[in-house]
Amino acid sequence: MTLDTTINTLKYHTELCCNCGMCSTVCPHQVFAAGADAAILEHPENCMECGACQRNCPTGAIYVDSGTGCAIALMIAALTGKKEASCCGGD
Amino acid sequence: METTSDITFSNRFDHLLARWGYKRSRHRIEPGLYSLGHPNADTPVFVTANYTLSFDALRASLKGTNAYILVLDTKGINVWCAAGKGTFGTEELVHRITVENLAEVVNHRRLILPQLGASGVSPHEVRKRSGFRVEYGPIRARDLPAYMLNGAQPHMRKVSFGLRERLAVIPVDLVHAIPPLLLVAVILFFLLGITASAAAVAATLAGIVLFPVALPFLPMRAFSAKGFLLGGLAALPFALAAFFSNFESHILPSIGWALAFLLTMPAVTAFLALSFTGSTTFTSKTGVKREIFRFVPIMAYSFGGGILLVLLLIATSLLGGAR
Repeated sequence: MTLDTTINTLKYHTELCCNCGMCSTVCPHQVFAAGADAAILEHPENCMECGACQRNCPTGAIYVDSGTGCAIALMIAALTGKKEASCCGGD
Repeated sequence: METTSDITFSNRFDHLLARWGYKRSRHRIEPGLYSLGHPNADTPVFVTANYTLSFDALRASLKGTNAYILVLDTKGINVWCAAGKGTFGTEELVHRITVENLAEVVNHRRLILPQLGASGVSPHEVRKRSGFRVEYGPIRARDLPAYMLNGAQPHMRKVSFGLRERLAVIPVDLVHAIPPLLLVAVILFFLLGITASAAAVAATLAGIVLFPVALPFLPMRAFSAKGFLLGGLAALPFALAAFFSNFESHILPSIGWALAFLLTMPAVTAFLALSFTGSTTFTSKTGVKREIFRFVPIMAYSFGGGILLVLLLIATSLLGGAR
């Protein structure tokens, strides 16, 4: 399946990487791959900005402005002036 | 608390209701620590959300295993969405470990979490605050038996969005769309007749039912563009019928009505297609934002233009009919 993201907010600072392997484990789209000395940013174009890599990186080597890629939530957020609206129901 | 791996008829009925969006956030189970089989101080601890579909998928896949299941309070939301909101997160996990006195219940310090819970959890923080080590299991609960035997295989870590998964999300959207659609269809029926009602239904169903099915087969990357294409196909028979119905005697109204279908219907389908981004497993916030800015104005102009045209056509036919 082709992905609709050619740009995103993902930023990776290799020099901070401690090669713990968490990012390549948690990423559901294989954006990161395990490397010999540091994680490799292999498919940045596949990033859906879920934020898993950032949250699991113990050294802060990864930055991503995470959120849901949900049009309705984003439009509601824009209309109501909230920063983020939720997508999958609930309170 | 105790649980089993058996999925009963009433569980299945509950799953069906959840899939159809009936009392959507009420498919909950009590958060806390559950025993599956006969666990002891050395058995593994699995962590999940208090959404029945999540909990049931986990316990069913652990058939014949002795285990502890630690259920976090995610307000009845599935693991991935809850992780995105942060309710399936470091804070709640550490809280549950403390409340359930987990350090006293088991000798080891290993927690197995679903991989999709990762966007809410910082393992290094969990370890610092509770002593427990977070380990990410497979994305899908059904891969757990193989994971426990041989560890993670590459396919277990990859999120998918196959036909079955795309079909599974249709009912909820359908349930949301039906009340407003019925209202619009009835109004259109009285104002313009059965064809206009049918057009509203066709454009909506194209966006909600056909779009998820056809998603990977439609050309172009943007969901909205795919939706315009699909909506255009749905509008085509209506436009052709309007064009040829009394082309001989009323050439301008025939072209006008054909154009009205082609302006309004694809815009509706495209909007529904754009909203489907919320159901997928791969769209990003940046990508969707960009698409909203690019395509929502086009949808608005197209739909608004079509409505103006319809009003104009009604006005001229009223004037023409008064002779």
